[in-house]
Amino acid sequence: MSNQNSQSPHIILRVVSKILIPLIALFALYVHFHGDYGPGGGFQAGVIFASAIILYALIFGLEEAKRAVPPSWVRICMSLGVLVYGGTGVATWILGGEFLNFTSFAPDSTHAAGQHWGILAVELGVLFAVTGAMVAIFYAFGSREPDLKDEDW
Amino acid sequence: MQIMSLFPEWILSHGAASIVIIPLLLAVITAVNSSARLAWATVLGVTALCAFTALGLLLQVMSFGPIHYNMGGWAPPMGIGYYIDGLNAPLLLLISVVAFLCTLYALPSVVAEVEPKKHGPFYAAFLISLAGLLGMVATADAFNVFVFLEVSSISTYVLVAMGASRDRRALSSSFNYLIMGSIGATFFVIGIGFLYMQTGTLNMMDMARLLQEIGPGDRVVQLAFAFIAIGLGLKLAMFPLHMWLPGAYAYAPSFFTAFLAATATKAALYLLLRFTFTVFDPNWDYIAIAVMILLAGMGILGMVAASLQAIFQNDIRRVLAYSSVAQVGYMLLGVGMATTLGLTAGYLHMINHAIMKGALFLAVGAFWYRFGITQVSDMRGLGKTMPWTMAGFTIAGISLIGVPGTVGFVSKLILVEAAAENGWWWAIGVIVATSVLAIIYVGRMIEQAYFKPVPQINDRPVRRNEAPLAMLIPLWVLALASLAFGIQTEWLMNLAEAAAQVLSAGSNTVIPGGAYALPAPIGGH
Repeated sequence: MSNQNSQSPHIILRVVSKILIPLIALFALYVHFHGDYGPGGGFQAGVIFASAIILYALIFGLEEAKRAVPPSWVRICMSLGVLVYGGTGVATWILGGEFLNFTSFAPDSTHAAGQHWGILAVELGVLFAVTGAMVAIFYAFGSREPDLKDEDW
Repeated sequence: MQIMSLFPEWILSHGAASIVIIPLLLAVITAVNSSARLAWATVLGVTALCAFTALGLLLQVMSFGPIHYNMGGWAPPMGIGYYIDGLNAPLLLLISVVAFLCTLYALPSVVAEVEPKKHGPFYAAFLISLAGLLGMVATADAFNVFVFLEVSSISTYVLVAMGASRDRRALSSSFNYLIMGSIGATFFVIGIGFLYMQTGTLNMMDMARLLQEIGPGDRVVQLAFAFIAIGLGLKLAMFPLHMWLPGAYAYAPSFFTAFLAATATKAALYLLLRFTFTVFDPNWDYIAIAVMILLAGMGILGMVAASLQAIFQNDIRRVLAYSSVAQVGYMLLGVGMATTLGLTAGYLHMINHAIMKGALFLAVGAFWYRFGITQVSDMRGLGKTMPWTMAGFTIAGISLIGVPGTVGFVSKLILVEAAAENGWWWAIGVIVATSVLAIIYVGRMIEQAYFKPVPQINDRPVRRNEAPLAMLIPLWVLALASLAFGIQTEWLMNLAEAAAQVLSAGSNTVIPGGAYALPAPIGGH
């Protein structure tokens, strides 16, 4: 899918998705940060973010997508997600609370600010992990060589 | 207590959670780490820390009673509670010590058995499996149990499959284990779902209290028990549900076989005990019948059938795997008696079996490491070519038979006592008969090693080639432990008795009205 010339039959798809992909990514962040007030949260945001990358891969080809988001980044992204989640818990340990007791972030707050920050941090971890996992699954299935190539028939 | 001052305050107050969280978090770091040595060192450090924490928790439980830990500061039944008492504290110690010893052993063994570029992910999967096992033992939340059961199982399937670079049959064994294990986990979670439907809670102690109010007549609860018992029966290789086990044990990388044999089925057995005796009420008719018919009955069948199968196997690891199924039968028989003495015997045999089977599988891994031996008939002359490894194997082997002075004897003796107390004379007959079968299948290997001549290569006998120290030390620690605890029986007996008391007290230990004895809040709130 390397021919990028303007004669491509997918010209409309390409132009539209180029506009849409940044918006999808932005919407993912909105779903994440607005998760406290409306439906949403890290998991949904992660899936939406991953769908932006998957759309890119569908339109421009898997090789292009792998150049834009290398598989090694995807692996790091997955691990980073778990680390952000767990790291939040470790931070509460260091602050003297139980594991993931977000109140210890702001013990004196009257409106549970600690819980608010804590859940955002934890959900950010979920966002990384889910994005990474979704893209990794897509790459894994997409990169599978068919047992019998089309030419071999 | 003097010894308690050795443990930092933090480990004692947060250990119930940190013993699970730390392996889990470091597994993630290990997964992206490309240096095999660094990955190994991380695992060694983590398992050492877990063992230290588990020891601290055990001593704390023994001297001050059960530990409650509320995840996120949310008290159960709203939040997820971790609960360490006399029943699971010894198991936490057992799992982390075996993990530590297996990690020492892994340094040479994994280099030989796993492709170099997979070492990082391999150790990561091992840490995840460890975290899963520790988690399902430490948690008091029924759904959390399922999550950790799956965490440990899925990483176990991966690790078994990684034996493929040594023997391709690891792949089909792993797939077989995956199908069976998933059915087991699904049955378990269906059971939990039914319990949740009837009680509206997932905390085990709260569940026990509400089940007492519902009473024994409820059909949904009966169904839930059936699903949980069968699901966990699959996971712990109860006799007719053990078909996944020989393949998984025979083709996994050898250090992981030792870890799996010593810990995985034990954690599942612990869950069966926890659910049957403390969540459900063993005094209810259908539970009492299930314990007697299902656990004791299948235990007896397993003891006989699996011991017979072990005799006719040729692969050393398959012999030991079938022997594991038979030994699970001993544990189930003890538990099936449902008396305090029977439960003590079952629990003690669980710990003892982990010690001796761990040692045996470590020795078998060393045979393969030096000579590529997997068959019983190839063990000729190992007593001369690998004297130290073979001696360790022999000690653990005679312990498996139940020779006096070894741990195997202690638990079998108590099992016989418990059977006599119940008047189950036929059970004593079966115990003695299967011990004779154990003499045959262990004796067959020892005979090959000591009484057959050393094989010849180019008309010269094979030279002595002892296993490396990193393999000998863990093997001998476990072999000596099976001797030491066979002579100094008191310490393990105390642990098993404490566990049996938790089980005999059953769901009555729950404070009525769901009022938990919560520890003072730790943080500033």
